Amino acid sequence: MTLAVKSKIIVFILAFVVWLALSGTDVQQIVAGAVVALLVSLIAGSFLVASHNQKHLLHRWLYALLYFVKFLWEMVKANVHVAYLVLHPNVPIKPGIVKIKTNLKKDAAITVLTNSITLTPGTLTVDVNEEKGEIYVHWIDVKTTDVDACTKEIGSRFESILAEVFE
Amino acid sequence: MIRETIGMAFIFVGIAFDFFGVLGLVRLPDVYNRLQAATKCVTFGSAGILFGTFLLEGFTSFGFKALLGVAFIFLTSPVAAHAISRAAHRARIPLTEGTVVDAYEDDEELKVNTVIKK
Repeated sequence: MTLAVKSKIIVFILAFVVWLALSGTDVQQIVAGAVVALLVSLIAGSFLVASHNQKHLLHRWLYALLYFVKFLWEMVKANVHVAYLVLHPNVPIKPGIVKIKTNLKKDAAITVLTNSITLTPGTLTVDVNEEKGEIYVHWIDVKTTDVDACTKEIGSRFESILAEVFE
Repeated sequence: MIRETIGMAFIFVGIAFDFFGVLGLVRLPDVYNRLQAATKCVTFGSAGILFGTFLLEGFTSFGFKALLGVAFIFLTSPVAAHAISRAAHRARIPLTEGTVVDAYEDDEELKVNTVIKK
């Protein structure tokens, strides 16, 4: 089975399950859901799974779970941090845009990494240079402008886990 | 009973963080800093409200819609923040006075397609 067909089947199953959860058990609705899920998977289904993975599926899911827990914790910290900043009478910020490097290659991995950076304390992704593996990050409290030190401070929190999930 | 209490707690925490996000939108200086507050707090706050709604409703189609909303907020709001901040930088909207460094300004390769020049 080719990769595109596999991807389309997965999209069909996902779309159909979501439809079933949202609608009732009426036969007409189920048939309509199957038709719509089929159309969606035929048109846009080949984008979900874009490449093969060497690592075991269970291994990847365990790391995805680890990532999720870590992400939630970082997100709570980010929100408390912002609440502290806006409630402080002087608004103690020291903003700037810094450059960090990433070793992740796949689009999905980079997307999840940049989204995580945006939702974690004090950082917001501005742009990505995919060929060079560089990410520009707006940092509300700049501690260092050195590229490697910034990478360590911002990117390394998630990068090793995401490498296990996606690469 | 316990489920309802926890659900209401999630909703109230969500409203509190939504409020902090809006406060940040007013108090922080420039578009990039404001985006930080708006993205983080509003994502967490709205997700909290939706998750609380899910806890109150349980596994009905209504509750499941709230849960789907959480997933989509987490996926879309960082992307929106990225698009807005990138567009703002390309439109030469200046960073605030206390800004320490702007590494993005120096990258020529990403600026080839920039239309608006000062």
